[in-house]
Amino acid sequence: MAKKTPEINASSMADVAFLLLIFFLVATTMDIDSGLNRVLPPWSEKQTEAPDIKERNLLLVHVNKYDQIAVQGEMLTIGQLKDRAKEWVLNTSDDPNLPEKKTEKIDLIGEYPVSQGVISLQNDRGTSYEMYIKVQNELTRAFNEIRDELSRANFGRPFADLDKVQQDAIADAVPMKISEAEPQNIK
Amino acid sequence: MPVIRKKEKKEIGQISTSSLPDIVFMILFFFMVSTSMKETELVVKFKAPQATEIQKLENKALASYIYVGPPVESLQAKFGSAPQIQLNNSFSSPQEIGRFIASERDLLNEADRNKMTVCLKADKDTRMGIITDIKQELRKAEAYKISYAASKAAGNLK
Repeated sequence: MAKKTPEINASSMADVAFLLLIFFLVATTMDIDSGLNRVLPPWSEKQTEAPDIKERNLLLVHVNKYDQIAVQGEMLTIGQLKDRAKEWVLNTSDDPNLPEKKTEKIDLIGEYPVSQGVISLQNDRGTSYEMYIKVQNELTRAFNEIRDELSRANFGRPFADLDKVQQDAIADAVPMKISEAEPQNIK
Repeated sequence: MPVIRKKEKKEIGQISTSSLPDIVFMILFFFMVSTSMKETELVVKFKAPQATEIQKLENKALASYIYVGPPVESLQAKFGSAPQIQLNNSFSSPQEIGRFIASERDLLNEADRNKMTVCLKADKDTRMGIITDIKQELRKAEAYKISYAASKAAGNLK
């Protein structure tokens, strides 16, 4: 005679599942970490002399403790910063006071005049973090817009829609050179 | 002649709950997949600054977190309201960052160690002095990849 397996009462299954659900709701987080990615320069004990960069290739951005921005000694508002940085990096008129360009052969794009400009960001100890991030954001935005324009010209699509190889090519043509200077007090 | 019908008493049948566990399990799996475990209890409160050009953190497993901000209300009586650095679950001084980075690095595979990213979650009202100190310590500890946590801003920043 075949044995009959007794049916398991499943009415408490819902309770068990609810219990697990509530546990996971409490013990986990859903936030996705996002932010501005940067690479810090290596540490050296001795006071290093400034790396050998020509004056025309360096854009000095100062943010003081009153959260005021000065670019090459000229006061700017946060809204003007992006266009100023973009104009400076692109140097469309080949102005001898703006950064020089070195023509390099880049895969997929071909010969492209790569800007040699470096943006140096200096801040005071009293600068607010919010302002610092805003400035970083605007500088990133300047580079991203240049990349986007180049990407549309070459591939007909915005930078974000390109595949990895194409993105690398664009990044080679428009390197994001934002240097974080040694800390110092500025007025 | 209109017929006035007597309202019939409707019997409401019992709702079948046999599919309830299935639904709950479905929600459960959704939460299990889309969330991650809380690893630290925050002792500082922070509101991330807003930015538009943010990128997602590539790999959460390779990230170490440093929080900066004023202590939470319940601890302000003891620690004051000046911004503090939180490593793991407690307040720390900038000098402890070196040791913290070394211990975080030990937890990673040999191959992944140079990909380690420090995610700096700082309150937007913090002054840069403390951030600069952290950055200097990170440079000393050879943790060069850093991500300044920011939340996505809607539209342009003003």
